[in-house]
Amino acid sequence: MGKFKKKAKTKQDIPTSALPDIIFMLLFFFMVTTVLRETTINVLQRIPEANELTKLRKKSLVKHLYIGEPKKAELWGKEPKIQANDNFIDTKDIILWVNREKAKLKENEREQITVDLKVDSDAKRGLVSDVELQLRKANARKLLYTTRQRVDL
Amino acid sequence: MIKKERQTPEINSSSMADIAFLLLIFFLVTTTIANDKGLFLLLPPDPDQLEDMDIKIPEKNLFKIQINSADKLLVENEPLADVMLLKDMIKEFIMNNGRDPLSSDNPQKAIVSLKTDRGTTQLRFIEVLDQVKGAYHDIYAERAGVSNQRWRELSEDRTGDPEARRLYDIGRGLLPDGKPEIPMNISIAEPTQIGG
Repeated sequence: MGKFKKKAKTKQDIPTSALPDIIFMLLFFFMVTTVLRETTINVLQRIPEANELTKLRKKSLVKHLYIGEPKKAELWGKEPKIQANDNFIDTKDIILWVNREKAKLKENEREQITVDLKVDSDAKRGLVSDVELQLRKANARKLLYTTRQRVDL
Repeated sequence: MIKKERQTPEINSSSMADIAFLLLIFFLVTTTIANDKGLFLLLPPDPDQLEDMDIKIPEKNLFKIQINSADKLLVENEPLADVMLLKDMIKEFIMNNGRDPLSSDNPQKAIVSLKTDRGTTQLRFIEVLDQVKGAYHDIYAERAGVSNQRWRELSEDRTGDPEARRLYDIGRGLLPDGKPEIPMNISIAEPTQIGG
């Protein structure tokens, strides 16, 4: 018997041919369940949870306001601010903002405008009710407080 | 003569995964999961235009909920520890119909008033508003013979489906003059400055 030089050449290649399929599945999931982001939110948003949620039908008639502490606290301070579109506005600018947003809509749709307030859990009622007062003055009475669905485990 | 079989060259598909990863990262970065659900509220008209402030509302028709800056609840002038009990209390108030002389006369006159302090947190406000709306939704849903969730779906789209419109009118009740029998009378009062 000679010396057998048996070099066990067993290369176990894990077949990665299924990898693109997995990635495509993930991709389709994200394509279906998400929307393209329109504005970058610059305030902290810890949205409260609730049960009695209703959805808005016509997305085009909804305008968003974001209220909370600014994310970049060293630049903007710790006080909660109101963000509309991409910049911070003051309570006195709200009526102007509402009229500008109304002008973007058709004549007969203007009175159906709904303002969606995305308010942080820790934001104080004082600021939010100031916003509400300005909205009343601007005749944008339909209001939606964005909340997440409460999940009782 | 050696006949060489022509092998059809296969396209190298090893870069498929790379393309897919790139697309995936693009979508992860540029999209968000939309959140367009929430608690709907109809604000009262412009205070400057309100002329008739002389309407006196009798105490019994008003269900007072107060929250102070420490997020503590005062319901009908009595402290309440558990927010979750609020819904049933409100339902009892609205559907009283004169049974208890200290409670509301009928659902049309019954008003739920929510008064906060400037220091109250949004979290607390939403919890209480959730209870108030829950009370109304439960009443409507029961009258229409549907579940609370189904009621909320119905009330979203009232222009399309005639069946939805019918159930909506049953739930809220429709009087001859077009007004609902059980209107959602939620009054958000001007917040106090006291802090206490």
